[in-house]
Amino acid sequence: MTTASARIRPKRVLPGFTLSLGTTLLYLTVIILIPIAALVLTGAGIGWERFLRFVTSNSALNAFRVTLVAAGIATLINAFYGLLMAWVLTRYEFRGRVILDGLMDIPFALPTAVAGLALTALFSANGWFGGPLEAAGFQVVYALPGIIIAMAFTSIPFVVRAVQPVLEDLDPAIEEAAKTLGATPWQVFYRVILPAILPAWLGGCTVSMARSLGEFGAVVFIAGNLPGQTEIASLLAFIRIEEDNYAGAAAIALVLLCMALLLLLLSNLFQIRAARYREGGK
Amino acid sequence: MISAEEQIAASRHLATKSGQGVQRFLIGLAVVLTAVMIVAPLAYIFRRAFADGVGPYWAAITTPDTLHAIWLTVIVTIVVVPVNVAFGIAVAWVVARFRFPGRGLLMTLVEIPFSISPIIAGICYLLLYGRRGILGPFLQEHNITILFALPGIILVTMFVTAPFVAREVLPLMLAKGSEQEEAAVTLGAKGWQVFRYVTLPGIRWALLYGAVLCSARAVGEFGGVSVVSGRTRGQTNTLPLQVEQLFNDLNTGVAAFAAASTLTVIAIIALFAKALLQARAPHN
Repeated sequence: MTTASARIRPKRVLPGFTLSLGTTLLYLTVIILIPIAALVLTGAGIGWERFLRFVTSNSALNAFRVTLVAAGIATLINAFYGLLMAWVLTRYEFRGRVILDGLMDIPFALPTAVAGLALTALFSANGWFGGPLEAAGFQVVYALPGIIIAMAFTSIPFVVRAVQPVLEDLDPAIEEAAKTLGATPWQVFYRVILPAILPAWLGGCTVSMARSLGEFGAVVFIAGNLPGQTEIASLLAFIRIEEDNYAGAAAIALVLLCMALLLLLLSNLFQIRAARYREGGK
Repeated sequence: MISAEEQIAASRHLATKSGQGVQRFLIGLAVVLTAVMIVAPLAYIFRRAFADGVGPYWAAITTPDTLHAIWLTVIVTIVVVPVNVAFGIAVAWVVARFRFPGRGLLMTLVEIPFSISPIIAGICYLLLYGRRGILGPFLQEHNITILFALPGIILVTMFVTAPFVAREVLPLMLAKGSEQEEAAVTLGAKGWQVFRYVTLPGIRWALLYGAVLCSARAVGEFGGVSVVSGRTRGQTNTLPLQVEQLFNDLNTGVAAFAAASTLTVIAIIALFAKALLQARAPHN
């Protein structure tokens, strides 16, 4: 009797399962899955040889190199800036802290085209920063540093917002204990705090990298888009479309898609680690 | 058991004792870097937009093409946001209230647009609906225009902003649990009554918060839209696309910055709305 009733799945009490699941699946399929399938199908239809030719052409290799280098440096900048901001915002009490915290969301709220326009103007020869920098012989706009700055700007919030909650949750008793045992402030940070925030920090860096790899709006303004020099991968895909070369665009887009999915997988792994660390610590 | 606030206060106190010098240096560094990286670009938009005074600024914003771009952007946002609010509610309801095979996969699929570059989304749509896309011949045969027109812009914006509402509402509904809703059903409430009187009051701030984020993103969408819109002035240019074209025109003076300043104001309003809503719905 008990085994029989246990085997029968409990009737769903709440209504709306079919409606909500149906709506979700329909929307997901039409808006997200079918268009992505179109990319994958087109990519599969190209054939290996042509696919390889598209993604290993000189312009494609150059674009991937520029994109990876710039995104890597931008992520490095945000790794340190984000850690600094998360630390200052959670650990110190000072006037203007709330405003500083709010400013961290600006890069997400601001359209990337606006960010691109502002940064380009700012770093141009007649801009606030560009003037002094060019006088010192340092070219930002239409060069690699400009791409890095645009990528760094648009992905600022990822690391800050990933590390902040973990730092807030950290039990001060552990740090107190480390101090009582004679640890220097640097040792406390390096041995106690850093291991605790590491998964969240790396997770934030991964997402930041993914965002930088795919960034388009801000970069096209500042990069100048010189073929082989400041042409990023997403721009190259865009150019292939303008040339009416759908297959070439699909090949580059597929490579970018695979990179994004790999980084998504990586960030999920870090998230699981971060969650485990937080649960284990309590 | 100490509360979270006490814990934060304690850790702040702890840090305060450890070296005033280090603290001052780090705060100073944070403020200077933020001023350079975030405040300066923001301020410079307005500096350049008003470089010639209020008159030229107003004239630049009220040119027919820019006004049309503003109008188009508003239309797209008005269509996209309610649809994604409905989608967000559906996702949250089915994932938070039911157990079924593929539930985890569904959650991952919903998040996909976050990790895909908008320009890839645009290319996906082009390969599907474009003249030489998979559905291209069919659409041409039936005289249906999707790309380089309003439907395409709306569809790509839907793709890019799909997860925003779901991501805010889902964790809240998971955390709240379903006891209250089950009680309402037991007491004889109908499906819509349960949602309207039990679920909705609990999630309305998170829902609004998600809608604000979704709107801000929809207004600013650039990469995906630039692939599918055709970028014709006065016809298929949204405001961000208009900013780019004005910037590429030589000697336009304040036009690009004036158009960009309206987007900046929208972003700042969205941030204030977000801060207000976050204070009301302190779930994360």
